Amino acid sequence: MGYHWNWAVLLAPAPSGGLTYLDWLLSGLKVTLALSLSSWLMALALGSIMGVLRTVPNRWLSGIASAYVEIFRNIPLLVQLFIWYFVLPELLPTGIGTAFKQLDPLLQQFLSAWICLGFFTSARVCEQVRAGIGSLPPGQKNAALALGFTLPQTYRFVLVPMAFRLIVPPLTSEFLNIFKNSAVCSTIGLLELAAQGRQLVDYTAQAYESFIAVTLLYVLINVVVMVAMRKVEERTRVPGYMGGK
Amino acid sequence: MNRIQLIIAVAIVAGIATTPVFAQDSSTLKKIRETGTISLGHRESSIPFSYYDDKQQVIGYSQELMLKVVDAVKAELKLAKLDIRLVPVTSQNRIPLVQNGTVDIECGSTTNNLERQKQVAFSNTIFIIGTRLMTRKDSGIKDFPDLAGKNVVTTAGTTSERLLRKLNEDKKLSMNIISAKDHGESFLTLETGRAAAFMMDDALLYGEMAKAKRAGDWAVVGTPQSREAYGCMLRKDDPGFKKLVDSTIAKAMTSGEAERIYNKWFMSPVPPKSLNLNFVLSEDMKALFKNPNDKAFE
Repeated sequence: MGYHWNWAVLLAPAPSGGLTYLDWLLSGLKVTLALSLSSWLMALALGSIMGVLRTVPNRWLSGIASAYVEIFRNIPLLVQLFIWYFVLPELLPTGIGTAFKQLDPLLQQFLSAWICLGFFTSARVCEQVRAGIGSLPPGQKNAALALGFTLPQTYRFVLVPMAFRLIVPPLTSEFLNIFKNSAVCSTIGLLELAAQGRQLVDYTAQAYESFIAVTLLYVLINVVVMVAMRKVEERTRVPGYMGGK
Repeated sequence: MNRIQLIIAVAIVAGIATTPVFAQDSSTLKKIRETGTISLGHRESSIPFSYYDDKQQVIGYSQELMLKVVDAVKAELKLAKLDIRLVPVTSQNRIPLVQNGTVDIECGSTTNNLERQKQVAFSNTIFIIGTRLMTRKDSGIKDFPDLAGKNVVTTAGTTSERLLRKLNEDKKLSMNIISAKDHGESFLTLETGRAAAFMMDDALLYGEMAKAKRAGDWAVVGTPQSREAYGCMLRKDDPGFKKLVDSTIAKAMTSGEAERIYNKWFMSPVPPKSLNLNFVLSEDMKALFKNPNDKAFE
């Protein structure tokens, strides 16, 4: 179809700062990694708390947690991102909103993207944690309570540790998703991997080389995550449960 | 060679030169003839070049010129009926979509430059713009040096983006450059106060102004950083189709038809808000109308 292939373009000097186009992709990779990993930490922490709250025998607490999940799970990620980036600063008191908008744009974009991905993924983690706790036989909770544990102690020492060991495989999927979802953040101008790939196309008109390179980098991230999580899974597997020996 | 032979030879050469030879050596025209359909790439919000009106119809200056090309194709292939397939494109996907055959021709606001010429062909230039700044009237920004230390927005994937990055490095202006995904989002970034100025092709800046809540708040300022030639994109290595498109555009320009279309889109009220862009025909454009060509600046 008349495409002019040129893989050497990756090593050609980019127009700025003595870098090559490959350096652009690698700097995008760094942003993608920083954003995804920090959002994952937030998602894991918030998701665990909400997941526990969804299972506690208190209608108010579990109601709050369900509302949380439904809000963040049912609004498209892109819409959430635009709300955090474009709408929220307008809703804040004028002083704070303006101060936020005067920050370095990169920081604004990163913060909005981090909060957005963190909340979105935390709702999904929450559901995994709830499912993990729900899958434990009721005897475990009852036994802990019978031994004199308080309810918080039961969660802290029995239910949550067990649940986490069971949900490593679905958590792996969520972990992989967060890297791929981070590509959405290129729409607010954050120069992560997908955005750098697009920029490379703009500058060189070599669309296929650029997108193939970006694809390979995403695959690389995901292979590393998968292998690492597989190790975690092997170490934490509970004997007698799914796949455990 | 005797005289009769000479006459015959001249007649043959003249015959070859005057009969339309487009259809024979053009894969695009062949495809259009076989399918009875032509695919047109258009933009969704490049006001006033190619955009949707409130009835979701594609309208604009470039769109009208593209429809002239469609008429010419129809006449050239002697088709009774030619179906038009409209394909919306973005600044990011327009080149691959032309290359892979999804669209046969794209007339929007695409700059003809040397890198792009490696991938696609460009028709005769349809418009010439300068890259300038839009800012709030009371912002105090008059020209590019005033941008030092400020947040400046531009649309990702445009020539303005590169010029701005280069300017920032060459002149050490320490601007923060925001790359928004389309012109609408760039303007939103400007309007919400995230950026002090928006750098883009002047005609598109006037177009964004036409959409603004309060058009009177904004001004287009600054010395043009570059001049750029917009052309229609075609597949490379299809001289037959290019010749047909070029001659259609050239005819529209020299006959005064293009200027009439220009006045309709730049000198009279246009949708969506019936605002008159009042973008007076530039010297560059006057020269182009007199002497149509497909040269890229740079």
